[in-house]
Amino acid sequence: MFDFLDLDEYDLFGAFWTTIQLTFFAGVGSLIWGTVLAAMRVSPVPVMRAFGTAYVNIFRNIPLTLIIVFCSIGLGQTLRVTMFTDGSVDPTNYRLAILGFVVYTSAFVCEALRSGINTVPVGQAEAARALGLSFSQVLRLIVLPQAFRSVIAPLANILIALTKNTTVASAIGVAEAAALMSEMIENEAQLIPIALLFALGFIILTLPTGLLLGWVAKRMAVKR
Amino acid sequence: MSDASLTKEIEDAAPLAEDLVILDGVNKHFGALHVLQDINLTIKRGEVVVVIGPSGSGKSTLCRTINRLETIDSGTITIDNNPLPAEGRELARLRADVGMVFQSFNLFAHKTVLQNVMLGPIKVRRQDKAQVEARARMLLDRVGVGSQADKYPAQLSGGQQQRVAIARALAMEPKVMLFDEPTSALDPEMINEVLEVMRQLASEGMTMVVVTHEMGFARSAANRVVFMADGRIVEEADPHQFFDNPRSDRARDFLSKILAH
Ligand SMILES: Nc1ncnc2c1ncn2[C@@H]1O[C@H](COP(=O)(O)OP(=O)(O)OP(=O)(O)O)[C@@H](O)[C@H]1O
Ligand SMILES: [Mg+2]
Repeated sequence: MFDFLDLDEYDLFGAFWTTIQLTFFAGVGSLIWGTVLAAMRVSPVPVMRAFGTAYVNIFRNIPLTLIIVFCSIGLGQTLRVTMFTDGSVDPTNYRLAILGFVVYTSAFVCEALRSGINTVPVGQAEAARALGLSFSQVLRLIVLPQAFRSVIAPLANILIALTKNTTVASAIGVAEAAALMSEMIENEAQLIPIALLFALGFIILTLPTGLLLGWVAKRMAVKR
Repeated sequence: MSDASLTKEIEDAAPLAEDLVILDGVNKHFGALHVLQDINLTIKRGEVVVVIGPSGSGKSTLCRTINRLETIDSGTITIDNNPLPAEGRELARLRADVGMVFQSFNLFAHKTVLQNVMLGPIKVRRQDKAQVEARARMLLDRVGVGSQADKYPAQLSGGQQQRVAIARALAMEPKVMLFDEPTSALDPEMINEVLEVMRQLASEGMTMVVVTHEMGFARSAANRVVFMADGRIVEEADPHQFFDNPRSDRARDFLSKILAH
C-alpha cells in the first residue's frame, strides 16, 4: 500500500524533522513571550495592561495563515528583514515562520496562563507582598509557579495545536511535512494512502505529547 | 522649674521613640463608602492593641492600611518615624518590618512549611540560607509545629497552618505584628493553640495590633482596646474597663450582642 514511499526520492524524516524543529522553537518562544504578556496583563501599570489586552485581542483573532504570509511578504520581502540568513536554502522564511507562530501562539499561552493565575488565591499574593516581596518577586516566586502547574493540560492542547499549525508554514515555502505531502500527492496520485501516512505521522508526534503532559499535570497539581 | 523644663526637653526630643505606629487623620473611601473616617491612633513600642467592632466597621481595612495593602486617601501613617512610602522598593522595605497574619492563613501552597518561613528572609533580606534555616526551624519549634517542617500547608490543620503563618511573619523580625481575625476561620478546638502563641508573643514584648472577637485574649493580653463602628474609632480604653463598663452606647450595644452567645 505504501509502495509510493521512496525514501530516496522523498525526505520524509527530514520533513517531519523540520516540523519538530518549527514546533520546538515556536513552542519555547511562545512560552516565554506568552508569560511576559500574562505578566503585563496582571501588572499594576495601566499601559502594560492595555498593551497586553490589545495584543491578545488582535493576534488571537487573526487567521494564522495571514500572520505567516504577512511575516513572509511584509517583513521578509518588503522590509527585507533577513533574520541572520547564512546563505543556506531559505532560512529566512523558516525563521519568519517561527516568528509568526510565536506571535500567534503566545496570545493563547497568555490567556491560558492568565486563567491559571486566577486560580491562585489573592491572599497568597497579599501575604507575599506583606513580607516585602516586590511585584516581580511575587509573580516569579508565588503566582506563576502555581499558575503554570494548574495550566499544564491547556498548555499541552496549545502545543498540540501548534504542532498541527506548523503545516501553515508550507504556504511560504518552508519544507515541513505538509509541503512534502502536497508534493507527493502531485507526483504519485495516491491521495488517500499519502494523506493517511501524514496523518499517522502527526499522531505519532502529538499523541505522546498529550499523554506525557497529562501525566505531568496530574503529578504537579498544587494541593489546596 | 529647670527640672520641669529638662523633662519637657527630653519629651520633645524623643516623643516618637516610644510611638511605633502613628495614624494621623487617616481617611479612606471605597467608592462612595467612607470606610475609615479621621482615624487617629498611636501604638507604642511593646503595646498590644485589640481592635474590636461590628462587621463592616473597617477593622480589616485599618489593619491593611498599616502596611499599605490598602492605600489611603488622606492623612499620614508613620512607622518607627518613617512615613509610609507610596510605592516601590522603599515600601517593600517598610512592609518587611511589619508582620501580618491573615484570617485565611494564606500560606504558599506550593512550598513546604519550612520554605514558607524561609522565603522572606532569603528573598527580601538576602540573609544567609543556613542561618535562615536554623532560625526558621527554631521559630517552628517555638510555635509548636517543628515536626511538620517538610509538609505542605494542605497537609496541616487550620490551627497548625495559622501557627506556621505566625512563624513566617516572625522570621522577618518585624517591629510590629498585625493580626486580622487570626482565629475566626478555625475550629473551636484549635483557637486556643493559636491564642496561646499570641499570648506568648505579647508577653515577650512584641508590638501587636490584633483584630479579634476573642475577649478572653483581649482581657489577658491587651494593653488597650480600640472599639470601631462605621469607620470611626468610637472608644479606646483599658480592656477591663471596656468590657465591664463601656462608655459609649454603640460599644454597650455591641458587647451585649456578642456576649449573648
Ligand atoms: N476592596 C473593597 N472594595 C469595596 N468595598 C470594600 C472592600 N473591602 C472592604 N469593603 C467594604 O468596606 C467596609 C469595611 O470592611 P472591612 O473588611 O474593613 O470591615 P471589618 O470591620 O473587617 O468587617 P468584618 O468583621 O466582617 O471582617 C465593608 O462595608 C466592606 O464591604
Ligand atoms: Mg475583617
